[in-house]
Amino acid sequence: MTAWPPGALAPQPGAAPLPRMLRAQTRAELTLVLRNGEQVLLSLVIPLGLLVLLVTVPFVDVDGQERADFFVPGVLALAVMSTAFTGQAIGVGFERQYGVLKRLGATPLPRAVLLAAKTLAVLAVEVLQVMLICLTGLLLGWNPSGSAAAVVALVLLGTVAFSGLGLLLGGTLRGLTTLAAANLVWFVLLVLGGILFPLAAFGAAEPALSLLPSAALSSGLREVLTAGELPLQPLATLAVWAVGSLAAASRLFRWE
Amino acid sequence: MTGAALEVLDLAKRYAGRAVVDCLSFSVRPGTVFALLGPNGAGKTTTVEICEGFRSADAGEVHVLGLPPRDRSLRSRVGVMPQSGGAYPGLRAREMLRLVASFAAHPLPPDELLDRLGLGEVADTAYRRLSGGQQQRLSLALAVVGRPELVFLDEPTAGLDPQARRATWELVEALRSDGVTVVLTTHLLDEAERLADDVVILDAGRVVAAGTVAELTASGAAGQLRFLAPAGLDLGALLADLPAGCSATESPAGHYLVEGAVDPRLLATVATWCADRGVLARDLRVQTRTLEDVFLELTGPEPRA
Repeated sequence: MTAWPPGALAPQPGAAPLPRMLRAQTRAELTLVLRNGEQVLLSLVIPLGLLVLLVTVPFVDVDGQERADFFVPGVLALAVMSTAFTGQAIGVGFERQYGVLKRLGATPLPRAVLLAAKTLAVLAVEVLQVMLICLTGLLLGWNPSGSAAAVVALVLLGTVAFSGLGLLLGGTLRGLTTLAAANLVWFVLLVLGGILFPLAAFGAAEPALSLLPSAALSSGLREVLTAGELPLQPLATLAVWAVGSLAAASRLFRWE
Repeated sequence: MTGAALEVLDLAKRYAGRAVVDCLSFSVRPGTVFALLGPNGAGKTTTVEICEGFRSADAGEVHVLGLPPRDRSLRSRVGVMPQSGGAYPGLRAREMLRLVASFAAHPLPPDELLDRLGLGEVADTAYRRLSGGQQQRLSLALAVVGRPELVFLDEPTAGLDPQARRATWELVEALRSDGVTVVLTTHLLDEAERLADDVVILDAGRVVAAGTVAELTASGAAGQLRFLAPAGLDLGALLADLPAGCSATESPAGHYLVEGAVDPRLLATVATWCADRGVLARDLRVQTRTLEDVFLELTGPEPRA
């Protein structure tokens, strides 16, 4: 390679326009999610596999409801939890450990644009998840009703709440610790959080468990999609989780 | 001093009660290459990370291009190469460089930068599959792609093979020619000697020497003149011809060393003295101090953790 031509490296500093940064960072975040096998497994394969299994094999008692009507909302909640919470937590935990966030902090990319890009990538994956889950549900005899706006509101609020929790976890623990903790929490919420089993199965613990974010999201979705009711209590529960987790994350988040 | 690209004044940083940086002051002239040189643990990285805004100082002042290190406007004017890491393991080299380039208003062409740093052939390899040296060079590319006025390079050539090291040095020299200020840390003396206009030698968080490479190597101890000649020459007679303060020794037999203020006159005196005795002095060498001598004198010969 020949020498650098004079002037080739002359300073010409300046930040790119914000939309260009947002586009580039969102594309990078999406590329990383779709290229990461575990993430695709967590976001798409496990929810779809569970849905098919739970609806077709009657090993969980759903109190006489239509199986698809009980499990489609639960799996939608699981999908949101997987992408917004577990995926984000693990991603951010390793990005911190690898010094990526530190490096990005030394570029003109504002933190708000970084967070916006992460959010857009999460929403894009969720759109894909929701489409595939609903399609699979319809093929399995799911018969939805209720307001689409209420579903969107629940999913958005759930995304904010789970993202806040994911950023809180990934922003405070080391990469491998985050990986273990995020998967553990995911599993606990799957079992105890109203996704796999109706909360009534847990007896006296039901009122406490219904305050879990996964329970609020899945029961809220169930209320809209099955009974067509406006799920005020789940929306309120999710709002509290969203405010609390984001407040804690913004106080405790460490970039390194 | 106004107009300095980087100004550090009485900087102090303690970790768990131990002073890592203590009363550190220096200033970097715009458009020059400045090296912070010191053994491991001397406080180089801590100093640079305070200047980059990653850490806060316990005391003292830092002005980067006249601004406090955390001023947001510096993010587009300053390029940073951290000591390690700093890229998404799952992104390819080209994708990572293009990503960071897209944050800048007038970035360098990413593909050309990859080629010039010898990364053209691994442009489509994921970062985690690059060798350590390739990751280092990508990190350097990420630091300069936004066409900054000032770049911080923390150990830019650590672990590089000679060709990669040369490519890095050429980039640093080209940056200086184009008016970019470069602040680098290194424990490699030849690197500082080759690249830096000004050097600060740090030890245990304090400045032990500062100046240009020429000043540092010229000051202090005297020079040496060595030559080979038949054993057993009369050194007493030689000393009589030499100016006061010089010494002459023979060790081992036939290897002569004259120590003192080595100047052209001294060299001529020794050569004449040999000629007068019909002695052919072979391999006559004047040795001035290298930065390495200065460094070892100041920081001691013991290896650091």
